[in-house]
Amino acid sequence: MSNHQINPNKWIDLYSDYLYNFTISRVSDREVAQDLVQDTFLAALKSMKNFKGEASERTWLISILKRKVIDHYRKINSNKGKAEVRITYNNDSETEGDWLEERVADPFDKTAEDTMQNNELGDAIFNCLSKLPEKQAEVFRMKTIEGYETEVICNELNITASNLWVIIHRARTAMAECLKENWF
Amino acid sequence: MGKKIKIIMPCNEANHVCDKTQYKNATLWEKIILNLHLIYCKVCRKYSKNNSQLTKIIYKAHIECLDKECKEKMKQELDKAIKETPIN
Repeated sequence: MSNHQINPNKWIDLYSDYLYNFTISRVSDREVAQDLVQDTFLAALKSMKNFKGEASERTWLISILKRKVIDHYRKINSNKGKAEVRITYNNDSETEGDWLEERVADPFDKTAEDTMQNNELGDAIFNCLSKLPEKQAEVFRMKTIEGYETEVICNELNITASNLWVIIHRARTAMAECLKENWF
Repeated sequence: MGKKIKIIMPCNEANHVCDKTQYKNATLWEKIILNLHLIYCKVCRKYSKNNSQLTKIIYKAHIECLDKECKEKMKQELDKAIKETPIN
């Protein structure tokens, strides 16, 4: 009764960026995030027979990754003594004597809601990206997100510049259509 | 230039230039002609609006991708693990 197939050979191409972004918004350290993503793939491989095909492959991988993130925080907090918190209220002489209230972070600077919305937006973008044909998604990703120059992409994928722009045009039209409902 | 200067731009070309402007790949002259086109072409105006909206939200999302080397390394490790895993 499995509706969803599992294919580890494609995992990195299909999901690594998505998982990486998911992780980076939660651990905010690039190297740790990379390790966690890698760990997730390896752990997923080991428990492949537990995959029942009820959820999509991506959802399943995310659920493993969530455990990995929690484990990561447990590990770094388990060292005794690190729980001690030292706060220096004032460390520069310029603001000495100021009220503490004036030193709290600006509430309009970045709210939790902002970050949350950003995460959701990221999810939505990856969702739409995964609906594109593979080639379109790849070109779009390289050009738009990674910001490579046209010539670099053309060399890498062995296509002509006009070919690239046609692909970009189709990808952008599809992406705009896909994101329009909720985000424009 | 030798050739006659073109001021009228067909829609497909306008879309192409519009795509290029999203990546700052269009020349000044192309942008001028595009904007002239947008004055009288409603369809392209709409496309242009959606297009820049898309650029904006992708920028806003702060998406990051893993670089190629990192992905290669991950692939190798995963491949190795796949080979070691008995097929059930």
